[in-house]
Amino acid sequence: MNTVKKIMGLIWMLLAPVIIFFLVKSAVHNISSGGTKDINQPVPWIIIITIFTPIAIGLMIFGYYALKGEYDKLPESSEEIN
Amino acid sequence: MAASEKGIGKIIFSSSLGTLIEWYDFYIFGMLAKTISVQFFPEGNSTAALLSTLAIFAAGFLVRPFGALVFGRLGDLVGRKYTFLLTLVLMGGSTFLIGMVPGYKSIGIAAPLLVLLLRLIQGLALGGEYGGAATYVAEHAPANRRGYFTAWIQTTATLGLFVALGIILLVKTNMSDAAFTAEWGGWRYPFWISILLVGVSIYIRLKMSESPLYSALKKEGKTSVNPLKESFGHRANFKMVLLALFGAVMGQGVIWYTGQFYAQSFLENVVKIEFMQNREILLWAIGLATPFFLFFGWLSDKIGRKWIMLIGMLLGVVFYRPIFGTFLKEANAKKWKTEAVRMANPNVHSTTIRIDTVKNADQLLNYTVQHSKTDWQLIDGRKFSITSADTVPMYQFKSFIKVDTKPVYSNIVLSTQLKWKFIALVWVMIIFVTMAYGPIAAFLVELFPTKIRYTSMSLPYHIGNGVFGGLVPFIATLLSTTFIKDPLVGLWYPIGVAALCFIIGALYLANKIDKEVND
Repeated sequence: MNTVKKIMGLIWMLLAPVIIFFLVKSAVHNISSGGTKDINQPVPWIIIITIFTPIAIGLMIFGYYALKGEYDKLPESSEEIN
Repeated sequence: MAASEKGIGKIIFSSSLGTLIEWYDFYIFGMLAKTISVQFFPEGNSTAALLSTLAIFAAGFLVRPFGALVFGRLGDLVGRKYTFLLTLVLMGGSTFLIGMVPGYKSIGIAAPLLVLLLRLIQGLALGGEYGGAATYVAEHAPANRRGYFTAWIQTTATLGLFVALGIILLVKTNMSDAAFTAEWGGWRYPFWISILLVGVSIYIRLKMSESPLYSALKKEGKTSVNPLKESFGHRANFKMVLLALFGAVMGQGVIWYTGQFYAQSFLENVVKIEFMQNREILLWAIGLATPFFLFFGWLSDKIGRKWIMLIGMLLGVVFYRPIFGTFLKEANAKKWKTEAVRMANPNVHSTTIRIDTVKNADQLLNYTVQHSKTDWQLIDGRKFSITSADTVPMYQFKSFIKVDTKPVYSNIVLSTQLKWKFIALVWVMIIFVTMAYGPIAAFLVELFPTKIRYTSMSLPYHIGNGVFGGLVPFIATLLSTTFIKDPLVGLWYPIGVAALCFIIGALYLANKIDKEVND
């Protein structure tokens, strides 16, 4: 199981830039001055990309930790976290 | 250190009541969005439109996680009691004040600016409330009943929705549409009612004492000096924050939002169920499903939290498309019309809504467009309306006329039998919510140590629910605009996120119940 966790870690790391790429691509494709829906306005996209970028970086870090085996054994007490 | 049975009852009641009111306050804005936008964000004013977008998006996505950080830090520094008392005052005060802001017609651009500011304060306060209430209850609860006791806090988000729906319906049914939507009309009442609810809740919360675990920590001088740094700067804790977000809360957020909000919006905007019947369906489904939050919280004390939450997500992944597909198939007014004509039993009533006369500059193209509405009623109680536009050309340039004459079906009323089928289907989706959401407070509490618990659990919770959950309608619109042939395409977002979360959770989470949280 630990091997699977590590391999999947690589996938989470790769998934993060893919998500950001698709968000930026969708923003460029959908923002238009003539559109009336939220997806045609730049403000929601700016907010979403701003907040999703650190989340995607977090997913990448999560993948890195998984790849390094940090989740092979979870802490059982707060002593291990502090 | 756990409170007595009677004591914990009081603790749960006072914590849950305040949290329920905060959810109520947050929801009424969204539920009255249409009226609010007419009053504060009029069409045609680009600044007001920008402020409206900010009020919708920034409050949910940016400010909630930010509130989690601000109040989480405060809760770990000065204590749980005073922090979630402060969030309650901020939430109640800003909700009441939204109800007091004069409309755009009276004070111009100051109206949307004030509403935006108050909405942001609402988002901030909500970000700080939940973590405090869940932590407070969990830190009073005995280890073997932590899931059950914190599940009471979990019911508040759904019950807040229930109360908001109920109060709005109550006000709306007791006055005309014009009286409800007027500048100082009935839509303001739910905002004003909030101050009474908050007042009662503040009074009750003031009588509460500080969490025993936090008090002990403070007495020993072991509280955190810098909770943000300890939560996110220390690798060992940060990796648990990431695991909580990607392995549990992210999936729970989309399941929660899809079952309770997207279902309602889909039934209203895509299936075109009539306004009151749509709310009735949701009210029944919520009312009948709410006890299951407590059941799954209780069950998580027996068999662990992990698999209950993950199975709730998996069920959503598997059943969302069939359930939403059934809504579309069963409430097909076009098919009902064919059926009614074949059986020759409909009660049909037609009215002309308006007639437009259209002329072009040189007067060569001159025609009228007659907009009419036909109300149909079938023998078993099913009803629907068809709105259509018929063009009556007055000159020979008929071929140039481009008027959409496609009939639009709306105001669909289901027969009693069908209505109960829809209630059962929405109920099933809220059961998925109760599975994913019921045990999560206990799960999050057990993941982090007392001194940074408020901060550490609040951020992933509000990113999962506010960002991942809150984005369901936006991404659904995005997908349905891109892939127009499939009316269910918007569901791929919650399905994808829940599936990803299920895989991460199944692989990396432990099913162990942490008996010792006072460390």
